[in-house]
Amino acid sequence: MATLDFSTGLRCRVCGKLYPKEAINFCKDDFGPLEADYDYEAVARNITRAKVEKRPKNMWRYRELLPIAGEPTVGPQVGGTPLVKADRLADALGVRNLWIKNDAVNFPTLSFKDRVVSVALSKAREFGMKTVGCASTGNLANSVAANAAAAGLETYILIPSSLERSKILGTSIFGSNVIAVDGTYDEVNRLCTQIALKYGWGFVNVNLRPYYAEGSKTFGFEIAEDLGWRFPQHVVCPMAGGALIGKIHKAFTELNKVGLVSEANTCKMYGAQATGCNPITDAVKTNKERHKPIRKPNTICKSLAIGDPADGYFAAKLIRETGGWAEDVSDEEIIEGISLLARTEGIFAETAGGATVAVARKLIDQGRLPKDEEIVLCITGNGLKTLDALYEAIEAPVNIKPALSEFDSLVGGREPVAV
Amino acid sequence: MPVKVEIPSPLREHTGGKTEVAVSGATVQAALDDLVKQFPTIGPKLFDGGKLRPYINVFVNDEDIRYLDDMQTAVPDGQVVAIIPAVAGG
Repeated sequence: MATLDFSTGLRCRVCGKLYPKEAINFCKDDFGPLEADYDYEAVARNITRAKVEKRPKNMWRYRELLPIAGEPTVGPQVGGTPLVKADRLADALGVRNLWIKNDAVNFPTLSFKDRVVSVALSKAREFGMKTVGCASTGNLANSVAANAAAAGLETYILIPSSLERSKILGTSIFGSNVIAVDGTYDEVNRLCTQIALKYGWGFVNVNLRPYYAEGSKTFGFEIAEDLGWRFPQHVVCPMAGGALIGKIHKAFTELNKVGLVSEANTCKMYGAQATGCNPITDAVKTNKERHKPIRKPNTICKSLAIGDPADGYFAAKLIRETGGWAEDVSDEEIIEGISLLARTEGIFAETAGGATVAVARKLIDQGRLPKDEEIVLCITGNGLKTLDALYEAIEAPVNIKPALSEFDSLVGGREPVAV
Repeated sequence: MPVKVEIPSPLREHTGGKTEVAVSGATVQAALDDLVKQFPTIGPKLFDGGKLRPYINVFVNDEDIRYLDDMQTAVPDGQVVAIIPAVAGG
């Protein structure tokens, strides 16, 4: 069988130097981030819509554009999540044409992180690594723990000790070594870099990061394919480290480059953050080339609480260059966003999804998102994981005795039906 | 007691394999200048036009110097300056 690995190595995003496919995330000359590079002409010769459409509906149907050598050995069923036409939410927001890309139901751990982890851990196994790990705000911890458990890998997962209980529990259940660090995510992340350099283990978002990040492109591939092999005009995406928004845009550009979509990628990208941790949206709104890091994030939206995002510079630049914009919203607005999405579309998103919906509403009200053009909102994680944020905000159910009279008085005025 | 600079593995080829280097200097700038004086080939890796490259973070006793006084952050005797690649996470 012909090879399906068209990646040629890792290229520095600062100086362009090409590195072989190894477990390394930065350039040895300038410490710039490395990104997977492909022979796009060869991909174009080897990929067709028909070929992709014949494959199972999961993220690996785009595997010519993913940097692994053989068959995926981790997460073979990840992806293929619904693109939902969100007419009721569109009405509520006053727009005409709105879609939800719903990774709240991604398999197996209900967030988009399963996409990145399956690429990173497949690569870790190629490299012969037996121990893997990550620094995480929660969703990644869940995903590394579950996917590594299924692959029989030993795991070390480091998280800020202030994470939601459900995200900690949803990691420990898989038998990982979970280490809660008394510090911010950025401090956990710095520690993981030191551990990865010292022990040589495969940290998915440290030394495996160039492979890991490519998995996010499948979120964008699926949007374009499900729209009938075309691009939306606007995408609103939550930003933590700032990589996903860039990878969705890269996915669209690649689909055009390899001939799967004939139109050029002119999609405008919009970023969403919480006001309590808004380094990237602040950089966009105040026209800073580089974001100012946030020492102590303070928001219920813990999955986006990265004060010093690794891709902050690239995310802000992309937003500017595509003609999009960025906004941030308060914790109250985030809860309203979760609630609005739930009540209009029956989709329960985590806090990052609430931020995305609330930011979309803000951008529509500002006139930055046009009301009559096609918009996709990226929902990246499941609301059942961030219940801690909602207990106080959501009304408790009405409590009655098991007596019809009590129910009658509750719905007083409703006409009984004669049977 | 001098200041210690922790060298990450990718830079150790410039320090003869040393994982940490003793330097003198009362600030981060002075400490790193002394490091470059001792191991000149590390200079262009850390600095571009006299400025610290954007994808390198420097920590004094585990605190990011951007939250302190940046390159002018004081480094009392015996403390540790760590050079750590910044591209991780998310």
